[in-house]
Amino acid sequence: MTDSMIRARGLRKTFDKGASPFEAVRGIDLDVRKGEAFGFLGPNGAGKSSTMRMIAAVSPVSGGELRILGMDPAADGPAIRARLGVCPQEDNLDIELSVFDNLYIYGRYFGLPRDVVRERARELLDFVQLAEKATAKVDELSGGMKRRLSIARSLVNRPELLLLDEPTTGLDPQARHLLWDQLFRLKQAGVTLVLTTHYMDEAEQLCDRLVVMDKGVIVAEGAPHDLIREHSTREVTELRFGVGEHAALAEKVTDLGERVEALPDRLLVYSADGEEVLAKVHERGLEPLASLVRRSTLEDVFLHLTGRTLVD
Amino acid sequence: MASTGLPIGGGSTEPGSTATGLRLLEGVGRQTDYWATLWRRTWRGVVASSFLTPFLYVLAMGVLLGGFVDAGAATLEGASSYLAFVAPGLIAAHAMQTAVAETTYPVMGMIKWQRTYEGMLATPLEPRHVVGAHLSSVVLHLAATCAVYGLVMVPFGVYQSWWGPFAAFASQVLVGVAFATWVYGLSTRLHSEQAFGLIFRLGVFPLFLFSGAFFPVANLGEVGAWLARLTPLWHGVNLSRMFALDNVTWWVAAVNTAVLVALIVSGWFWSVSGLAKRMER
Repeated sequence: MTDSMIRARGLRKTFDKGASPFEAVRGIDLDVRKGEAFGFLGPNGAGKSSTMRMIAAVSPVSGGELRILGMDPAADGPAIRARLGVCPQEDNLDIELSVFDNLYIYGRYFGLPRDVVRERARELLDFVQLAEKATAKVDELSGGMKRRLSIARSLVNRPELLLLDEPTTGLDPQARHLLWDQLFRLKQAGVTLVLTTHYMDEAEQLCDRLVVMDKGVIVAEGAPHDLIREHSTREVTELRFGVGEHAALAEKVTDLGERVEALPDRLLVYSADGEEVLAKVHERGLEPLASLVRRSTLEDVFLHLTGRTLVD
Repeated sequence: MASTGLPIGGGSTEPGSTATGLRLLEGVGRQTDYWATLWRRTWRGVVASSFLTPFLYVLAMGVLLGGFVDAGAATLEGASSYLAFVAPGLIAAHAMQTAVAETTYPVMGMIKWQRTYEGMLATPLEPRHVVGAHLSSVVLHLAATCAVYGLVMVPFGVYQSWWGPFAAFASQVLVGVAFATWVYGLSTRLHSEQAFGLIFRLGVFPLFLFSGAFFPVANLGEVGAWLARLTPLWHGVNLSRMFALDNVTWWVAAVNTAVLVALIVSGWFWSVSGLAKRMER
């Protein structure tokens, strides 16, 4: 049995929009191996969700080659989907059913016997800490609970590959951390995770390896800390001045770091020692309204590679 | 993996997971628990409204309005009273209305609002299974409605033979399914519910009035009568009435049945292709 869960070469997705077709994914190569936690990082519209739908064997490939679990999604869609778990960007739980029934009925779609799926539904509700809500209607759940139920539902067929599209978008910090904990436990249990996110902290927390996507292409690939080391400096000094002053002030600090980025609301000075940069800024008589020294993150990698921030 | 104590992983092959392309009945069968759960909540309302609607119609159209209709079997396609004439047509027309109601908003809801189909199609199920299960539920709804409606008619002396009610019932369900498949296919191709208003106003309502449910289509003049006979509802109304009144012209019944069956078969492919196209993105 092959260890390759996903293999793509020159993968493309084109949508026909009247006279001008829109190319959402423009020739990407991917290799995801068994047991890996793999991420797609990029802003909205980067092509992450289109790629995920092709991997989920629900959206036909427009060009290139794609193999999921060693199979061709065009020919073996049902067999692939039988072994996948899919947690979509927007919950599509059945709001008319109870929490338990959502799991039970979904398990039946996979052809699982009734007693097996009942047992699994109970186990999964324990796993996502929703056992006491088993008889509640989905409408009564909070956003975080619905996401956890979606994840539980995506696990009902014991998938080898779990696809999570923006798993924590719209959740409060507490709910995000609870979800991350559960995803981390799945990863430790050997489930291959593939997730899309536009949150750099999520990508750093969960992914062994990731690709940075922008405008339908992959602009960088690697482990989070390798990408940071390769494409950014160790530290970043953030300087916030008055509105509209940043572009002009950038020139005055440009020699203090390896690189300076002027954003509408702040200046970012990239260097090995952020505190030293900040001291020199003060020596030059510049008085930022606020300042912050931090480690480089994937956000900085993205900014460097594309000239744009992740959340526009 | 089992040592983690988590109810996950393993990568075991589930029943049917190696099958590329489930058989139609197997795929539909996997959704029976879903539709049964929905039915458990709604069947009482379906049956209750199925009693109320025919009572009101028969009272208003058959008894009160029919009291003014002074016509005999010669002008009422073999019916001994206006009530006996109008009742079988009314049931067929009601089947059409039920079918359209069940395949417009509910279908768009499952595509666009609740996005139930998206979840279903992320599993080994394919569009033909999803359409098959949804339409099976519509058939069940039609059967329940037409059966209750037909039973309500029994004390009014509408039926002229013991087998008539059964054959009429089958033809009413048949015309309902013909509408269900075509409107389902249409709903999968619509992006806004605004169009449903047009379907009801410009499609269902004129058909309801002019397809021979309320008066013999011969009253529409030669051209009008032939136009009416081209509508799908007329085939159901005519078949239902011929069977109920035990006044069957068999070659006409064969044509009526063939047209409805052809509509159902073509409507099935129209529905499956519509859903597949809509969901593939």
